[in-house]
Amino acid sequence: MSVKVKIPSQLRAATNGEGELEVEGGTVGEALDAVFDQHDGLRERITQDGDLRRFVNVYVSGEDIRFQDGLETAVADGDEVTILPAVAGG
Amino acid sequence: MPTTETIEQVKQRIEEVDPQEASEELAGDGVALIDTREAIEHREAHIEGGQLLPPTQVADGIEELVPDHSQRVLLYCASGNRSARAADELRELGYDNVASVAGGIKAWEAAGLPVIAPEGMSAEQRMRYSRHTLLPEVGTEGQLKLLNAKVLLLGAGGLGSPTALYLAAAGIGTLGIVDDDIVDESNLQRQVIHNTARVGQPKTESAKKAIEELNPDVNVVEHRTRLDASNIIGIIKDYDIVVDGADNFPTRYLLNDASVRLRKPVVSASILAFDGQISTFVPFEGPCYRCLYPTPPPPELAPSCGAAGVLGVMAGVMGLLQANEVIKLSADIGEPLVGRLLLYDSLGTRFTELKVRRDSECPICGPDAPEIPEAEMGKFPDYEAFCAG
Repeated sequence: MSVKVKIPSQLRAATNGEGELEVEGGTVGEALDAVFDQHDGLRERITQDGDLRRFVNVYVSGEDIRFQDGLETAVADGDEVTILPAVAGG
Repeated sequence: MPTTETIEQVKQRIEEVDPQEASEELAGDGVALIDTREAIEHREAHIEGGQLLPPTQVADGIEELVPDHSQRVLLYCASGNRSARAADELRELGYDNVASVAGGIKAWEAAGLPVIAPEGMSAEQRMRYSRHTLLPEVGTEGQLKLLNAKVLLLGAGGLGSPTALYLAAAGIGTLGIVDDDIVDESNLQRQVIHNTARVGQPKTESAKKAIEELNPDVNVVEHRTRLDASNIIGIIKDYDIVVDGADNFPTRYLLNDASVRLRKPVVSASILAFDGQISTFVPFEGPCYRCLYPTPPPPELAPSCGAAGVLGVMAGVMGLLQANEVIKLSADIGEPLVGRLLLYDSLGTRFTELKVRRDSECPICGPDAPEIPEAEMGKFPDYEAFCAG
Protein backbone atom coordinates (compact mmCIF):
# COMPACT_ATOMS: atom_id res chain seq x y z
CA MET A 1 0.00 0.00 0.00
CA SER A 2 1.37 3.40 -0.90
CA VAL A 3 0.44 6.07 1.61
CA LYS A 4 1.25 9.73 2.01
CA VAL A 5 2.64 10.78 5.40
CA LYS A 6 2.32 14.47 6.27
CA ILE A 7 4.93 15.97 8.56
CA PRO A 8 4.14 19.15 10.52
CA SER A 9 6.42 22.21 10.46
CA GLN A 10 8.02 21.63 13.85
CA LEU A 11 9.19 18.11 12.92
CA ARG A 12 10.55 18.94 9.49
CA ALA A 13 14.03 19.55 10.84
CA ALA A 14 14.15 15.76 11.17
CA THR A 15 13.07 15.17 7.55
CA ASN A 16 15.42 17.61 5.83
CA GLY A 17 12.51 19.99 5.47
CA GLU A 18 10.23 17.53 3.69
CA GLY A 19 6.56 17.98 4.55
CA GLU A 20 5.15 14.98 2.75
CA LEU A 21 6.60 11.49 2.25
CA GLU A 22 5.29 8.69 0.08
CA VAL A 23 5.92 5.29 1.71
CA GLU A 24 4.74 1.67 1.62
CA GLY A 25 2.95 -0.09 4.49
CA GLY A 26 -0.21 -1.98 5.42
CA THR A 27 -0.65 -0.38 8.84
CA VAL A 28 0.13 3.01 10.35
CA GLY A 29 3.02 1.42 12.26
CA GLU A 30 4.51 0.00 9.08
CA ALA A 31 4.13 3.29 7.26
CA LEU A 32 5.83 5.16 10.11
CA ASP A 33 8.64 2.59 10.21
CA ALA A 34 9.19 3.21 6.52
CA VAL A 35 9.41 6.94 7.29
CA PHE A 36 11.89 6.31 10.12
CA ASP A 37 14.02 4.19 7.76
CA GLN A 38 14.48 7.33 5.67
CA HIS A 39 14.71 9.80 8.56
CA ASP A 40 15.87 8.10 11.71
CA GLY A 41 15.82 11.32 13.73
CA LEU A 42 12.03 11.38 13.58
CA ARG A 43 11.67 8.07 15.42
CA GLU A 44 12.46 9.33 18.91
CA ARG A 45 10.58 12.53 18.31
CA ILE A 46 7.25 10.77 17.96
CA THR A 47 7.67 7.30 19.46
CA GLN A 48 9.01 5.86 22.68
CA ASP A 49 9.67 2.14 23.21
CA GLY A 50 7.77 1.38 20.03
CA ASP A 51 4.63 3.30 21.01
CA LEU A 52 3.46 6.71 19.93
CA ARG A 53 4.35 9.39 22.43
CA ARG A 54 1.25 10.68 24.16
CA PHE A 55 1.49 14.22 22.88
CA VAL A 56 1.56 13.13 19.24
CA ASN A 57 -1.70 12.54 17.39
CA VAL A 58 -1.80 10.50 14.20
CA TYR A 59 -4.75 10.55 11.84
CA VAL A 60 -5.61 8.33 8.91
CA SER A 61 -7.97 9.94 6.46
CA GLY A 62 -9.17 12.38 9.10
CA GLU A 63 -9.69 9.85 11.95
CA ASP A 64 -7.53 9.69 15.09
CA ILE A 65 -5.86 6.26 15.35
CA ARG A 66 -6.19 6.41 19.16
CA PHE A 67 -9.88 5.71 18.61
CA GLN A 68 -9.13 2.94 16.10
CA ASP A 69 -6.42 0.29 16.42
CA GLY A 70 -3.49 2.55 17.26
CA LEU A 71 -0.38 1.75 15.27
CA GLU A 72 -2.11 -1.44 14.05
CA THR A 73 -4.73 0.65 12.22
CA ALA A 74 -4.88 -0.54 8.63
CA VAL A 75 -4.11 1.87 5.81
CA ALA A 76 -5.44 1.63 2.29
CA ASP A 77 -3.69 2.59 -0.89
CA GLY A 78 -3.69 6.39 -1.26
CA ASP A 79 -4.53 7.08 2.40
CA GLU A 80 -3.15 10.18 4.07
CA VAL A 81 -1.43 9.78 7.42
CA THR A 82 -1.17 13.08 9.32
CA ILE A 83 1.23 13.46 12.23
CA LEU A 84 0.08 16.23 14.52
CA PRO A 85 1.66 17.47 17.73
CA ALA A 86 -0.01 20.16 19.80
CA VAL A 87 1.15 23.70 19.00
CA ALA A 88 0.89 26.60 21.42
CA GLY A 89 1.88 29.58 19.29
CA GLY A 90 -0.49 32.51 19.27
CA MET B 1 -37.71 50.57 -19.40
CA PRO B 2 -34.24 51.77 -20.30
CA THR B 3 -31.88 50.92 -17.49
CA THR B 4 -28.67 51.91 -19.26
CA GLU B 5 -29.42 55.54 -18.52
CA THR B 6 -27.57 57.14 -15.66
CA ILE B 7 -29.54 57.82 -12.52
CA GLU B 8 -28.93 61.55 -13.08
CA GLN B 9 -30.72 61.35 -16.43
CA VAL B 10 -33.67 59.58 -14.82
CA LYS B 11 -33.83 62.11 -12.01
CA GLN B 12 -34.12 64.96 -14.52
CA ARG B 13 -37.47 63.58 -15.65
CA ILE B 14 -39.04 63.12 -12.24
CA GLU B 15 -39.95 65.24 -9.24
CA GLU B 16 -37.89 64.90 -6.07
CA VAL B 17 -38.86 66.13 -2.62
CA ASP B 18 -36.56 66.37 0.35
CA PRO B 19 -37.42 64.43 3.51
CA GLN B 20 -38.78 67.46 5.38
CA GLU B 21 -41.17 68.31 2.53
CA ALA B 22 -42.20 64.67 2.26
CA SER B 23 -42.91 64.57 5.97
CA GLU B 24 -45.13 67.65 5.74
CA GLU B 25 -47.05 66.19 2.80
CA LEU B 26 -47.53 62.91 4.61
CA ALA B 27 -49.03 64.74 7.59
CA GLY B 28 -51.92 65.71 5.29
CA ASP B 29 -54.46 63.44 3.60
CA GLY B 30 -54.51 61.59 0.31
CA VAL B 31 -50.81 60.87 -0.07
CA ALA B 32 -49.73 57.31 -0.82
CA LEU B 33 -46.28 56.35 0.43
CA ILE B 34 -44.49 53.50 -1.34
CA ASP B 35 -41.30 51.78 -0.16
CA THR B 36 -39.44 50.58 -3.26
CA ARG B 37 -36.87 48.43 -1.48
CA GLU B 38 -36.69 44.72 -0.80
CA ALA B 39 -38.81 43.15 1.94
CA ILE B 40 -35.84 42.52 4.21
CA GLU B 41 -34.80 46.17 4.09
CA HIS B 42 -38.38 47.21 4.82
CA ARG B 43 -38.43 45.03 7.92
CA GLU B 44 -35.21 46.56 9.25
CA ALA B 45 -36.69 50.05 9.26
CA HIS B 46 -39.39 51.86 7.31
CA ILE B 47 -41.29 55.12 7.28
CA GLU B 48 -44.70 54.86 8.93
CA GLY B 49 -47.44 54.12 6.41
CA GLY B 50 -44.97 53.09 3.71
CA GLN B 51 -46.34 50.22 1.62
CA LEU B 52 -43.79 47.78 0.30
CA LEU B 53 -43.40 47.47 -3.46
CA PRO B 54 -40.02 45.99 -4.40
CA PRO B 55 -38.37 47.38 -7.57
CA THR B 56 -39.21 44.41 -9.78
CA GLN B 57 -42.89 44.55 -8.81
CA VAL B 58 -43.59 48.23 -9.33
CA ALA B 59 -45.40 47.89 -12.67
CA ASP B 60 -47.50 44.91 -11.60
CA GLY B 61 -48.28 45.98 -8.05
CA ILE B 62 -49.01 49.68 -8.23
CA GLU B 63 -52.57 49.36 -9.59
CA GLU B 64 -53.66 47.49 -6.53
CA LEU B 65 -52.05 49.88 -4.08
CA VAL B 66 -52.92 53.09 -5.92
CA PRO B 67 -55.82 52.61 -8.38
CA ASP B 68 -56.26 56.37 -8.91
CA HIS B 69 -53.60 57.57 -11.35
CA SER B 70 -54.02 61.15 -10.23
CA GLN B 71 -53.36 60.46 -6.55
CA ARG B 72 -50.25 61.97 -5.01
CA VAL B 73 -47.63 59.22 -4.62
CA LEU B 74 -44.35 59.54 -2.72
CA LEU B 75 -41.74 56.86 -3.27
CA TYR B 76 -38.69 56.15 -1.18
CA CYS B 77 -35.87 53.62 -1.02
CA ALA B 78 -32.54 53.46 0.82
CA SER B 79 -30.84 56.43 -0.80
CA GLY B 80 -33.20 57.74 -3.48
CA ASN B 81 -32.03 55.92 -6.61
CA ARG B 82 -34.36 52.95 -6.84
CA SER B 83 -37.29 55.21 -5.93
CA ALA B 84 -36.29 57.63 -8.68
CA ARG B 85 -36.38 54.84 -11.25
CA ALA B 86 -39.72 53.65 -9.86
CA ALA B 87 -41.11 57.20 -10.08
CA ASP B 88 -40.07 57.29 -13.72
CA GLU B 89 -41.75 53.95 -14.28
CA LEU B 90 -44.98 55.20 -12.70
CA ARG B 91 -44.84 58.33 -14.84
CA GLU B 92 -44.75 56.10 -17.92
CA LEU B 93 -47.70 54.11 -16.56
CA GLY B 94 -49.72 57.31 -16.44
CA TYR B 95 -49.34 58.40 -12.83
CA ASP B 96 -48.99 62.14 -13.03
CA ASN B 97 -48.42 63.26 -9.44
CA VAL B 98 -45.43 61.20 -8.33
CA ALA B 99 -42.30 62.22 -6.43
CA SER B 100 -39.25 60.44 -5.07
CA VAL B 101 -37.87 61.23 -1.62
CA ALA B 102 -34.37 62.56 -2.25
CA GLY B 103 -31.72 60.67 -0.30
CA GLY B 104 -34.18 57.98 0.74
CA ILE B 105 -34.69 56.70 4.25
CA LYS B 106 -31.02 57.46 5.03
CA ALA B 107 -31.60 61.18 4.49
CA TRP B 108 -34.97 60.88 6.25
CA GLU B 109 -33.33 59.49 9.38
CA ALA B 110 -30.43 61.91 9.12
CA ALA B 111 -33.01 64.75 9.18
CA GLY B 112 -34.19 63.38 12.52
CA LEU B 113 -37.49 62.09 11.18
CA PRO B 114 -38.98 58.99 12.81
CA VAL B 115 -38.96 55.46 11.42
CA ILE B 116 -40.58 52.22 12.46
CA ALA B 117 -37.82 49.79 13.41
CA PRO B 118 -37.42 46.78 15.66
CA GLU B 119 -36.44 47.65 19.21
CA GLY B 120 -32.85 47.70 20.29
CA MET B 121 -30.80 49.39 17.59
CA SER B 122 -30.19 53.06 17.01
CA ALA B 123 -30.31 54.62 13.55
CA GLU B 124 -26.50 54.68 13.50
CA GLN B 125 -26.35 51.00 14.42
CA ARG B 126 -28.86 50.03 11.76
CA MET B 127 -26.68 51.80 9.22
CA ARG B 128 -23.38 50.45 10.56
CA TYR B 129 -24.56 46.84 10.66
CA SER B 130 -26.85 46.94 7.61
CA ARG B 131 -24.66 44.50 5.67
CA HIS B 132 -25.12 42.03 8.50
CA THR B 133 -28.82 42.60 9.03
CA LEU B 134 -29.45 42.21 5.31
CA LEU B 135 -28.30 38.61 5.63
CA PRO B 136 -31.45 36.63 6.44
CA GLU B 137 -29.40 34.31 8.67
CA VAL B 138 -28.29 37.23 10.83
CA GLY B 139 -31.01 39.89 10.59
CA THR B 140 -31.71 42.39 13.35
CA GLU B 141 -32.18 39.56 15.82
CA GLY B 142 -28.71 38.14 15.13
CA GLN B 143 -27.07 41.56 15.23
CA LEU B 144 -28.67 42.25 18.60
CA LYS B 145 -27.20 38.98 19.85
CA LEU B 146 -23.76 40.16 18.71
CA LEU B 147 -24.30 43.53 20.40
CA ASN B 148 -25.14 41.74 23.63
CA ALA B 149 -22.32 39.19 23.42
CA LYS B 150 -19.39 39.20 25.82
CA VAL B 151 -16.26 37.69 24.36
CA LEU B 152 -12.90 37.27 26.06
CA LEU B 153 -9.75 37.23 23.97
CA LEU B 154 -6.77 35.45 25.42
CA GLY B 155 -3.88 37.38 23.97
CA ALA B 156 -3.73 40.46 21.76
CA GLY B 157 -1.01 38.92 19.64
CA GLY B 158 -0.83 37.22 16.25
CA LEU B 159 -4.24 35.59 16.60
CA GLY B 160 -5.94 38.03 18.96
CA SER B 161 -5.16 41.13 16.88
CA PRO B 162 -7.13 40.22 13.75
CA THR B 163 -9.81 38.50 15.83
CA ALA B 164 -10.32 41.61 17.96
CA LEU B 165 -10.49 43.97 14.99
CA TYR B 166 -13.12 41.96 13.14
CA LEU B 167 -15.18 41.17 16.23
CA ALA B 168 -15.14 44.87 17.06
CA ALA B 169 -16.23 45.74 13.54
CA ALA B 170 -18.98 43.14 13.79
CA GLY B 171 -20.34 44.88 16.88
CA ILE B 172 -19.57 42.36 19.61
CA GLY B 173 -20.80 44.35 22.61
CA THR B 174 -18.09 43.54 25.13
CA LEU B 175 -14.57 42.51 24.25
CA GLY B 176 -12.29 41.55 27.12
CA ILE B 177 -8.60 41.27 26.35
CA VAL B 178 -6.10 39.43 28.53
CA ASP B 179 -2.47 40.28 27.89
CA ASP B 180 0.36 41.39 30.13
CA ASP B 181 2.79 42.15 27.32
CA ILE B 182 3.80 45.44 25.73
CA VAL B 183 3.89 46.20 22.01
CA ASP B 184 7.25 45.38 20.48
CA GLU B 185 8.48 46.25 16.99
CA SER B 186 8.78 42.56 16.15
CA ASN B 187 5.02 42.17 16.78
CA LEU B 188 3.94 44.53 14.05
CA GLN B 189 4.52 42.10 11.16
CA ARG B 190 1.31 40.31 12.18
CA GLN B 191 -0.29 41.98 15.21
CA VAL B 192 -2.28 44.43 13.12
CA ILE B 193 -4.28 45.95 15.95
CA HIS B 194 -1.11 47.69 17.18
CA ASN B 195 0.96 50.22 15.28
CA THR B 196 4.37 51.83 15.15
CA ALA B 197 3.36 54.80 17.28
CA ARG B 198 2.20 52.51 20.08
CA VAL B 199 5.40 50.47 20.42
CA GLY B 200 6.17 50.29 24.12
CA GLN B 201 2.53 50.61 25.24
CA PRO B 202 0.69 47.79 26.98
CA LYS B 203 -0.99 45.61 24.36
CA THR B 204 -4.39 45.83 26.05
CA GLU B 205 -4.22 49.63 25.97
CA SER B 206 -3.10 49.71 22.34
CA ALA B 207 -5.85 47.26 21.34
CA LYS B 208 -8.47 49.28 23.21
CA LYS B 209 -7.48 52.41 21.34
CA ALA B 210 -7.70 50.71 17.95
CA ILE B 211 -11.08 49.15 18.77
CA GLU B 212 -12.58 52.39 20.04
CA GLU B 213 -11.50 54.17 16.88
CA LEU B 214 -13.07 51.44 14.79
CA ASN B 215 -16.34 51.03 16.65
CA PRO B 216 -17.45 53.07 19.66
CA ASP B 217 -20.26 50.55 20.31
CA VAL B 218 -17.76 48.11 21.77
CA ASN B 219 -17.03 48.10 25.46
CA VAL B 220 -13.38 47.05 25.81
CA VAL B 221 -12.31 45.54 29.11
CA GLU B 222 -8.57 45.43 29.73
CA HIS B 223 -7.17 42.56 31.77
CA ARG B 224 -3.52 43.55 31.94
CA THR B 225 -2.38 40.36 33.58
CA ARG B 226 -1.28 36.82 32.85
CA LEU B 227 -3.91 34.14 33.37
CA ASP B 228 -3.04 31.80 36.18
CA ALA B 229 -4.79 29.39 38.47
CA SER B 230 -5.55 32.12 41.00
CA ASN B 231 -7.30 34.58 38.66
CA ILE B 232 -8.76 32.57 35.80
CA ILE B 233 -12.21 31.83 37.22
CA GLY B 234 -12.77 35.46 38.17
CA ILE B 235 -11.75 36.66 34.73
CA ILE B 236 -13.62 34.23 32.50
CA LYS B 237 -16.82 33.74 34.47
CA ASP B 238 -18.61 36.82 33.11
CA TYR B 239 -17.94 36.09 29.44
CA ASP B 240 -20.04 34.03 27.03
CA ILE B 241 -17.21 32.80 24.81
CA VAL B 242 -13.44 32.62 25.24
CA VAL B 243 -11.06 32.89 22.30
CA ASP B 244 -7.78 31.13 22.92
CA GLY B 245 -4.82 32.73 21.20
CA ALA B 246 -2.39 32.05 24.05
CA ASP B 247 1.27 31.56 23.23
CA ASN B 248 2.06 28.84 25.76
CA PHE B 249 0.84 25.41 26.89
CA PRO B 250 0.30 26.06 30.62
CA THR B 251 -2.27 28.75 29.79
CA ARG B 252 -3.97 26.56 27.17
CA TYR B 253 -4.42 23.62 29.58
CA LEU B 254 -5.47 25.89 32.42
CA LEU B 255 -8.03 27.63 30.21
CA ASN B 256 -9.41 24.30 29.05
CA ASP B 257 -9.86 22.97 32.53
CA ALA B 258 -11.44 26.18 33.83
CA SER B 259 -13.73 26.58 30.82
CA VAL B 260 -14.99 23.00 31.15
CA ARG B 261 -15.77 23.65 34.82
CA LEU B 262 -17.67 26.82 33.94
CA ARG B 263 -19.09 25.33 30.71
CA LYS B 264 -17.79 28.15 28.55
CA PRO B 265 -17.21 27.51 24.86
CA VAL B 266 -13.64 28.09 23.70
CA VAL B 267 -12.58 28.89 20.16
CA SER B 268 -9.01 27.67 20.12
CA ALA B 269 -6.36 28.23 17.48
CA SER B 270 -2.60 27.94 17.39
CA ILE B 271 0.02 28.91 14.88
CA LEU B 272 3.61 28.14 14.05
CA ALA B 273 5.70 28.84 10.97
CA PHE B 274 3.33 28.33 7.99
CA ASP B 275 0.77 26.13 9.74
CA GLY B 276 -2.28 26.81 11.83
CA GLN B 277 -4.91 24.72 13.57
CA ILE B 278 -8.33 25.63 14.92
CA SER B 279 -11.22 23.95 16.70
CA THR B 280 -14.19 24.97 18.81
CA PHE B 281 -14.59 23.29 22.18
CA VAL B 282 -18.09 23.33 23.64
CA PRO B 283 -17.92 21.54 26.99
CA PHE B 284 -19.90 18.30 27.16
CA GLU B 285 -21.34 18.83 23.70
CA GLY B 286 -18.09 18.00 21.98
CA PRO B 287 -14.53 17.14 22.94
CA CYS B 288 -12.33 19.45 25.01
CA TYR B 289 -8.71 20.45 24.41
CA ARG B 290 -7.50 17.54 26.56
CA CYS B 291 -9.58 15.05 24.58
CA LEU B 292 -7.60 16.24 21.58
CA TYR B 293 -4.22 16.60 23.28
CA PRO B 294 -4.11 14.60 26.53
CA THR B 295 -0.62 15.89 27.36
CA PRO B 296 1.55 18.76 26.13
CA PRO B 297 4.79 18.10 24.26
CA PRO B 298 8.02 18.56 26.16
CA PRO B 299 9.42 22.10 25.85
CA GLU B 300 12.17 21.05 23.40
CA LEU B 301 9.50 19.88 20.96
CA ALA B 302 7.30 22.91 21.41
CA PRO B 303 9.04 25.79 19.69
CA SER B 304 7.49 29.22 20.02
CA CYS B 305 6.84 31.68 17.22
CA GLY B 306 9.65 33.75 18.73
CA ALA B 307 12.06 30.88 18.16
CA ALA B 308 10.72 29.32 14.96
CA GLY B 309 9.12 32.26 13.17
CA VAL B 310 5.57 32.62 11.89
CA LEU B 311 4.05 33.91 8.68
CA GLY B 312 2.06 37.01 9.64
CA VAL B 313 -0.64 36.51 7.03
CA MET B 314 -1.21 32.93 8.18
CA ALA B 315 -1.78 34.23 11.72
CA GLY B 316 -4.35 36.61 10.25
CA VAL B 317 -6.18 33.82 8.44
CA MET B 318 -6.39 31.75 11.62
CA GLY B 319 -7.46 34.71 13.75
CA LEU B 320 -10.28 35.47 11.34
CA LEU B 321 -11.39 31.85 11.32
CA GLN B 322 -11.65 32.23 15.09
CA ALA B 323 -13.66 35.44 14.71
CA ASN B 324 -15.95 33.62 12.30
CA GLU B 325 -16.56 30.90 14.88
CA VAL B 326 -17.34 33.52 17.53
CA ILE B 327 -19.89 35.22 15.28
CA LYS B 328 -21.64 31.92 14.58
CA LEU B 329 -21.73 30.91 18.23
CA SER B 330 -22.96 34.36 19.29
CA ALA B 331 -25.67 34.65 16.65
CA ASP B 332 -26.49 30.96 16.90
CA ILE B 333 -26.12 30.29 13.19
CA GLY B 334 -24.21 27.87 11.00
CA GLU B 335 -22.16 24.88 11.99
CA PRO B 336 -19.37 25.49 14.48
CA LEU B 337 -16.10 23.55 14.41
CA VAL B 338 -17.19 21.30 17.25
CA GLY B 339 -15.58 17.88 17.07
CA ARG B 340 -13.51 19.01 14.12
CA LEU B 341 -9.94 20.24 13.90
CA LEU B 342 -9.16 22.32 10.85
CA LEU B 343 -5.54 22.54 9.71
CA TYR B 344 -4.34 25.29 7.41
CA ASP B 345 -1.11 24.84 5.49
CA SER B 346 -0.40 28.27 4.09
CA LEU B 347 2.53 27.17 1.91
CA GLY B 348 0.42 24.61 0.09
CA THR B 349 -2.81 26.60 0.53
CA ARG B 350 -4.49 23.46 1.80
CA PHE B 351 -7.10 22.91 4.46
CA THR B 352 -7.37 19.50 6.14
CA GLU B 353 -10.24 18.58 8.44
CA LEU B 354 -9.67 15.99 11.16
CA LYS B 355 -12.25 14.42 13.43
CA VAL B 356 -11.88 15.04 17.16
CA ARG B 357 -13.80 12.72 19.47
CA ARG B 358 -14.67 13.02 23.11
CA ASP B 359 -12.24 10.85 25.02
CA SER B 360 -13.97 8.51 27.45
CA GLU B 361 -10.81 8.66 29.54
CA CYS B 362 -10.56 12.45 29.56
CA PRO B 363 -9.69 13.49 33.11
CA ILE B 364 -11.57 16.77 32.69
CA CYS B 365 -14.74 16.12 30.69
CA GLY B 366 -14.92 12.30 30.53
CA PRO B 367 -17.58 10.28 32.37
CA ASP B 368 -15.10 9.42 35.13
CA ALA B 369 -13.87 12.96 35.61
CA PRO B 370 -14.29 13.97 39.26
CA GLU B 371 -17.07 16.36 40.19
CA ILE B 372 -15.62 19.67 41.30
CA PRO B 373 -17.32 21.01 44.42
CA GLU B 374 -18.13 24.73 44.42
CA ALA B 375 -15.42 25.46 46.99
CA GLU B 376 -12.79 23.82 44.81
CA MET B 377 -13.88 25.57 41.62
CA GLY B 378 -10.97 27.99 41.59
CA LYS B 379 -8.29 25.50 42.64
CA PHE B 380 -6.08 24.14 39.91
CA PRO B 381 -2.88 22.13 39.80
CA ASP B 382 0.39 23.73 38.81
CA TYR B 383 0.23 23.88 35.03
CA GLU B 384 3.76 25.18 34.64
CA ALA B 385 5.01 22.00 36.26
CA PHE B 386 2.57 19.84 34.28
CA CYS B 387 3.70 21.34 31.00
CA ALA B 388 7.37 21.10 31.88
CA GLY B 389 6.82 17.32 31.92
